[in-house]
Amino acid sequence: MPDYASYEEKTHAAFGGAPIDTGDPKVLAWLIRRHGLEMTHLSRGSHIGAIFSVAEIIATLYTGVMHVDPAQPKMPDRDRLILSKGHAGAAVYAALAERGFFPVEELSTHYGNGSRLSGHVSHKGIPGVEFSTGSLGHGLAVAAGMAMGAKLDKAPWRTYAVLGDGECDEGSVWEAALQAAQFKLDNLIAVVDHNHMQSLDFCEKTLALEPFADKWRDFGWNTLVVDGHDVVALQAAFAQAKENLGSGKPTVIIAETVKGKGVSFMENDILWHYRTPQGEEYQAALKELEAQRP
Amino acid sequence: MRDAFVRALMREAAADPKLTLITGDLGFGVLKPFWETYPEQFINAGIAEQGMTGLAAGLASTGRTVLTYSIGNFPTLRCLEQIRNDCTYHDANVKIVCVGGGFVYGSLGMSHHATEDMAVLRALPGVTVFTPGDPHEVEAVVPVMLRTPGTCYLRLGRGGEPYLHHRPIEGWQLPRAITLQEGTDVAILSAGGILTQTVSAANLLREQGVSAEVVSFPCIKPIDEEKIIELGNRFRDIVTVEEHSIVGGLGSAVCEVLAGIGSHCRVHRIGMPDVYSSIVGTQQYLRGEYQMDDKAICARTLAWLRG
Repeated sequence: MPDYASYEEKTHAAFGGAPIDTGDPKVLAWLIRRHGLEMTHLSRGSHIGAIFSVAEIIATLYTGVMHVDPAQPKMPDRDRLILSKGHAGAAVYAALAERGFFPVEELSTHYGNGSRLSGHVSHKGIPGVEFSTGSLGHGLAVAAGMAMGAKLDKAPWRTYAVLGDGECDEGSVWEAALQAAQFKLDNLIAVVDHNHMQSLDFCEKTLALEPFADKWRDFGWNTLVVDGHDVVALQAAFAQAKENLGSGKPTVIIAETVKGKGVSFMENDILWHYRTPQGEEYQAALKELEAQRP
Repeated sequence: MRDAFVRALMREAAADPKLTLITGDLGFGVLKPFWETYPEQFINAGIAEQGMTGLAAGLASTGRTVLTYSIGNFPTLRCLEQIRNDCTYHDANVKIVCVGGGFVYGSLGMSHHATEDMAVLRALPGVTVFTPGDPHEVEAVVPVMLRTPGTCYLRLGRGGEPYLHHRPIEGWQLPRAITLQEGTDVAILSAGGILTQTVSAANLLREQGVSAEVVSFPCIKPIDEEKIIELGNRFRDIVTVEEHSIVGGLGSAVCEVLAGIGSHCRVHRIGMPDVYSSIVGTQQYLRGEYQMDDKAICARTLAWLRG
């Protein structure tokens, strides 16, 4: 492998110096995977499977769906995003860096001694991160509280919460699901990254969630099911969720995804929840990603 | 204390239309005046304390002072991680209110005995822990709590406690301890609703010829270190009284301060020994059972002074 002058140069090398349109959700999703691979490789970190499954969801949100501005990360009418599955934090860090919230170079510090970029997403000192998570089952209730505040203030912004499906084992998710419906938070949009796998095994073999969409419908949510790797389908679902305002129902988008999506030998293999990409596996994953660059 | 809390809160709610009170489906008869007067500022989150606390953190992020309300261990231990991660780590302007600190719900059993809450909340960085001792103290601390940034914990007793201070407390400032009576032989330090027993014990001691100084700590974190050091310099013996485990609460906080300055003062901690109570009874019965009622405080203090 050639020597690169910087982390940024290395992770952008596949573009060969051509301009990179990070406003294109496919490009941003690719960059999330490229950084996810590099960040977990450099840090010997885990959760690459979850970072890859959530890539299009995060990329779509940060390319036109959410009203955010890197120049004013705290502007009052910004849309809020809580990544409740905080272990996929590298995906959000990568999206924020590529969209200009902080330098791409800082991604190389992920997990490191003294770094601000913790393995689970942290808001402290990171422009654009709304809320710190890491313990599962927290994000939906907090997002509901934010949505409630916006409603009381008659403010136009929306709140997004991205959950994992395994996370839905947590009872607190369902407390919040009841509350969001009870308080008619139709400005709240939840997305479940439904990759069908959790820490040790498939969700259905652990604590069965199916019929999953029916559960959300029964809890009073406007429920959409889409291909979570199809950015056009995701964009359409987000548009539908926005139009849902006034219905009195919160929206959940169940995004059907594949854990480890993008690297053949990582897909649907529970090993890659924790395994860190090193040596030949890192090289093989990089080769596969480079072949897919949009 | 409950009623003093609601009175103080209603005054504040009138001045701050964004102040919001969330209950975990408790407070029948206590919160009614609040929800009838300020329906727009009141939410019942249901029997879902984790959801309630997360909701409060999110709502507080929109520029509101948000109170969560429940009884016993429900607003604290049941949702401890939401307090730690969602509230305190985010400096959320959430004020957690517990009714029933100690053995208020003594007959209801161990689940309803709130005897570790002060220690647990005190251990969380950034939490201010209020432990008023009578209704006047409640009315003094509530406005201060609502103006204290970040996450706070207010530990209340029940309803109907007597007024122990002779008049309302004017201009109380965080984290000032309040001297109820001066003495020369021993200092008895008290936190929370057990102040009734502490004051009564001081009267019993006087009958025995012992002059006790009684000091109430309406806030144990931060704690009035200056007062503790002054007492440590003035007395050979300090007795701490709390309706709470002797681990981690007022007694521990006092020891931490005095050990830090190399004081030779002896600290005697009265509280729940390191056990759960499987027997039940009224609050006063259990105080007697665990040697923290007025008679026990008096007898134990006399024994320590002679020792």
